[in-house]
Amino acid sequence: MHGALNVAKTGMTAQDTNLKVISNNLANVATVGFKKDNLVFEDLMYQVRRQPGAQTGEGAELPSGLQIGLGVRTVGTQKLFSTGAIETTDEAFDVAISGRGFLQVNLPNGDVAYTRNGQLHLNADNELVTAEGYQLEPAITLPNEVVNFSIGTDGTVQVTIAGDTAATDIGQLQLADFVNPQGLQPMGQNLFQETAASGAPLISNPGENGTGQLIQGTLEGSNVNAVEELVDMITTQRAYEMNSKVISTADEMLSFVSQQL
Amino acid sequence: MDKVLYLAMSGARENMLAQQTHANNLANANTTGFKADLAQARAMQVFGEGHASRVYAQTERPATDLTHGTLIETGRMLDVALAGDGWMAVVKPDGTEGYTRGGKLQINAANQLVTGSGLPVMGNGGIPVVLPPFDSIEIATNGTITIRPLGENAAELVVADQLKLVNPDPQTLFKGTDGLMTTGANAPVDFDPNVRVRSGYIESSNVNAVSELTGIITTSRQFEMQIKMMKTAEENSEAAAAILRMS
Repeated sequence: MHGALNVAKTGMTAQDTNLKVISNNLANVATVGFKKDNLVFEDLMYQVRRQPGAQTGEGAELPSGLQIGLGVRTVGTQKLFSTGAIETTDEAFDVAISGRGFLQVNLPNGDVAYTRNGQLHLNADNELVTAEGYQLEPAITLPNEVVNFSIGTDGTVQVTIAGDTAATDIGQLQLADFVNPQGLQPMGQNLFQETAASGAPLISNPGENGTGQLIQGTLEGSNVNAVEELVDMITTQRAYEMNSKVISTADEMLSFVSQQL
Repeated sequence: MDKVLYLAMSGARENMLAQQTHANNLANANTTGFKADLAQARAMQVFGEGHASRVYAQTERPATDLTHGTLIETGRMLDVALAGDGWMAVVKPDGTEGYTRGGKLQINAANQLVTGSGLPVMGNGGIPVVLPPFDSIEIATNGTITIRPLGENAAELVVADQLKLVNPDPQTLFKGTDGLMTTGANAPVDFDPNVRVRSGYIESSNVNAVSELTGIITTSRQFEMQIKMMKTAEENSEAAAAILRMS
């Protein structure tokens, strides 16, 4: 059948995937600690129909051959780990990471996941947990009758207990850093998982070894730029339309053949 | 029966190939650093005895359009676009060099700087770029990669490597079957200090959607004319058959 049909199909599929990525970014424009995705396109391989330089006769060569591209493919998504805008919430259990690093979270199955979302909560056992109820790693348990709760920029967690004037250290938050954060695998719920591409986590106290400092009472917003996404959406839609135009033209050509002959 | 049918058939077939080239350009209208392919038709005469009327068509890709796309700002430090002429060298799976302008670079598990499809980026020293763990990275306009190693302070900047930027004669460049430009020769092209890169930008595809769509319409109409010729050839031989039929 018509080769252009398949080529245009790859174009439409790629633009369709791109729209999915853009809509996911836009849907998460207000998600705390969300990192936007970018889709990477590349051209598919080329088919050599006629080799340039091939002999066409005695002493004659084909000056230019015919190599036909087979369309486009999506090679992968890139997470953009630029820092989102830091918003002040004045909530004691909110913490943002100003710089590199991830908070570590213990999943129910025993695995450790990593997140930039610092909206912490207390559970029934007085433990610090994420919004999904997963414990932080290292776990931090608050004593009863806490009057004041503070997280230092270096991750020290201190509380003041009723009737006591001095603050007590109850734990230390640590950050995990990765050589290649873009290699992390997003698993939803603002969590990431370590992969071979990301490398092993390098655990350190906040502010050390290149990790960022913790800022209590603030949250890191999503790093999605709505204007950028909308512009991308327009170009995606137009490219999609043009590829569908190719399909309808190829279809018309074929239907003309079957009508006329 | 007149063999004009075969002439029209060759025209229609070659039109479909040209159509596929245009479709491929349009499919890559949003591909970073993509260069559009041109399509042209050439007459292939096959003259035998009698009236010289047998000229078949042949579609060719004479060249790839090497004009630059527009630069799009992304703000990502590993996105590299070439400002002006030039190409960035990458290592193909067979070990030879390929040249690309699509610069959405990444770092893989082996700390290598790779393109979006995982091909290692060639350094100026003739070995692929490998970067130690870093806090921040800067790519200068001449391709020099400066990093702040992980955990070091801002005074401890290290020049890690330099991208291999080349600017071979466009006449010698052609697009390989993997979509990368090559010179066809096995010897790598030398580094060119005059090529400039911009970090934080990507180059858009240079496909002109209007001219591609126009090309598609032209080829489609041309195709219909070939079919009409086939129809006419059929009518001719029908008429001839009708005259010769014994009634």
